[in-house]
Amino acid sequence: MAITVTIAAARHIKGQLSRRGKGFGIRLGVRTSGCSGMAYVLEFVDVVDEDDLVFEDHEVKVFVDPKSLVYLDGTELDLVKEGLNEGLQFNNPNAASECGCGESFNVADAG
Amino acid sequence: MALLQISEPGQAPEPHQYKRAVGIDLGTTNSLVAAVRSGAAETLPDIDGHHTLPSVVHYGEQGIDVGSSAKASALIDPGNTIVSAKRMMGRGLEDVDALGGVLPYRFVTDALGKSEGMPFIKTRRGDVSPVEVSAEILRSLVGRAEETLGGDLDGAVITVPAYFDDAQRQATKDAARLAGLKVYRLLNEPTAAAVAYGLDQGGEGIIAVYDLGGGTFDISILRLEKGVFEVMATGGDTALGGDDFDRLVARWMLREAGIDESSINPLQLREAMVEACRVKESLTAGSEVEVNFGEWRGRLSRAQFNELVDPLIDRTIRAFKRSLRDAGLKANEIDEVVMVGGSTRMPRVRERVEEFSGRQPLTSIDPDRVVAVGAALQANVLAGNKSAEDMLLLDVIPLSLGLETMGGLMEKVIHRNTTIPVSRAQEFTTYKDGQTAMAIHVFQGERELIRDNRSLARFELRGIPAMPAGGAKIRVTFQVDADGLLSVAAEELSTGVKSSIQVKPSYGLSDSDISRMLKDSFAHAGDDRDARALLEQQVEADRVVEALVVALDKDGQTLLDQDEYSSLLADVESLKQCRKIGDAKSIAREIERIAKSSEEFAARRMNQGIRQALSGQKLDDLEEF
Repeated sequence: MAITVTIAAARHIKGQLSRRGKGFGIRLGVRTSGCSGMAYVLEFVDVVDEDDLVFEDHEVKVFVDPKSLVYLDGTELDLVKEGLNEGLQFNNPNAASECGCGESFNVADAG
Repeated sequence: MALLQISEPGQAPEPHQYKRAVGIDLGTTNSLVAAVRSGAAETLPDIDGHHTLPSVVHYGEQGIDVGSSAKASALIDPGNTIVSAKRMMGRGLEDVDALGGVLPYRFVTDALGKSEGMPFIKTRRGDVSPVEVSAEILRSLVGRAEETLGGDLDGAVITVPAYFDDAQRQATKDAARLAGLKVYRLLNEPTAAAVAYGLDQGGEGIIAVYDLGGGTFDISILRLEKGVFEVMATGGDTALGGDDFDRLVARWMLREAGIDESSINPLQLREAMVEACRVKESLTAGSEVEVNFGEWRGRLSRAQFNELVDPLIDRTIRAFKRSLRDAGLKANEIDEVVMVGGSTRMPRVRERVEEFSGRQPLTSIDPDRVVAVGAALQANVLAGNKSAEDMLLLDVIPLSLGLETMGGLMEKVIHRNTTIPVSRAQEFTTYKDGQTAMAIHVFQGERELIRDNRSLARFELRGIPAMPAGGAKIRVTFQVDADGLLSVAAEELSTGVKSSIQVKPSYGLSDSDISRMLKDSFAHAGDDRDARALLEQQVEADRVVEALVVALDKDGQTLLDQDEYSSLLADVESLKQCRKIGDAKSIAREIERIAKSSEEFAARRMNQGIRQALSGQKLDDLEEF
């Protein structure tokens, strides 16, 4: 069970955290909504939940709740630049299909 | 594939719910666009990493250019390169002529050399208005933002100077509409700067915004109360900025080098200005810097530089003082000072402002970007990307709105500093018997007489039923929307006849005119009161004379004997005379006197009227009275 962060993504996240001035790391999660069933959550972490699982990669702490991990295990977080646009991308092996925009996804038969 | 931004805890947006919203600082020299990403507002750079976009549009052979490339054309093709379009927004050609006189543009005029409304500039790609030029700048910023944020923009908050009037605000909105951009609202620049520092969250206090840019200086005194920013006073100098500091350093350099300023060519002068600017900027961090001009080498220390530029800073401090006085405040009542504009990076400027205000100025946000950052924060709230408890910023109207009443008086319907949006109604009536139309002339300004204020629009309400003077009830409603734009409606209440106008102001008022209007209203408060009182008495005298003349014509011969009749006629003449030459008090006395002398006549008319009304009626009918 693991979540990984690329070097570029780690640098980006560390930069954002230091500019923000607080936060233990970032939270990855999923929730049910969006056009393909599941949506990603990507937030700063100010409060750690005792059930949280913590992964550390390239000095970045990634917090995931156990329920979300089922859908995220093996995900690599990468920094992607498209022209002027820059942001984080979830390379999620569990996602069977994504909606056109990639803001939500569907998993292959979870059973 | 969507690229995700890190959100604040608990605020990750629902998929497809996030609205792309930006703040735009549409400046005279430079423009910026900012957005809230990963919880923080930041200006968005172009592909070369430049955050500022020069507000320059070049209408070239090949196409339309905006920004740095257009700026480069200003020297080669000045007639087709539009700079400082903001100064022409919402102005008439006469005002634009007064701005400097030497603009290199060919304006579109009619046979008499006049133009209606805003000036159109002839370019090789057709005639363009300042609104279209601004729309090109907005399009360029929107394109950058959409590329950076990865999709279509939902809307924007655009900032305007606090002293912008209705015409200039409307012109700014028109430019956004031309660019296909939804404007959530227009926001005053000093207010945006205060928001960038989160001062709107702080409750209340007096905030001074000191904005020293490349070519202009603005000072605004704001009062924050319950989340509402009120502009208490604005002031400044439209011809004072960083360039003037460079000029002083360049002069010093030439003097030191023993070069006569008049002996060098424009290119060398330009070199001198560029070097002066570099020296100025180096002295922000360094305490002494080497200066090179041609063969000459010298050194300039921070202390020498401070001494050179102090007279310029003195001018800003004086304007600061004046604005405080206009606001009725003392320097020690200021709670925060916000610094805006690249020239506030100069340590001496900060020192002097701190010394005067007794407050350490807020400088942590890049002064070139702070206005755009504040606008982006507001845009993010207005787009609905933030939780509901985030305060929505309210704004106020900068100048009172009202209409002309008899005698050229200004009747204020909405007073300055009223929070917007707002709607206020007031009832008016007819002045003459049988009057069937009423002209509604809308003005903006603080003075008591309309001739000292600014005409915004006029329209007529027709079809008022013929009634005695004072019989008709006309309700006039002034409505100002969230952007400070006005519509006026008039309705005669007994018949429901209506007429309205969306104020498309008659363009034409310069920066200095606007700040002058405010200042004048303070300076002339006493004169205005007297003038108003005089006009009121004159109008009253006219009304009394007219009523008495009509009554004498009708009933004078039957109800008065010859002596009484000629005595009243003489009184009317004397009131007429006094109305012409007397002051308010003497006219009032004369009106009082004639009211007494005509009392008996009025009583007889009343009795006659009752007798006529009663004659031929039965007692039964009368009991119902």
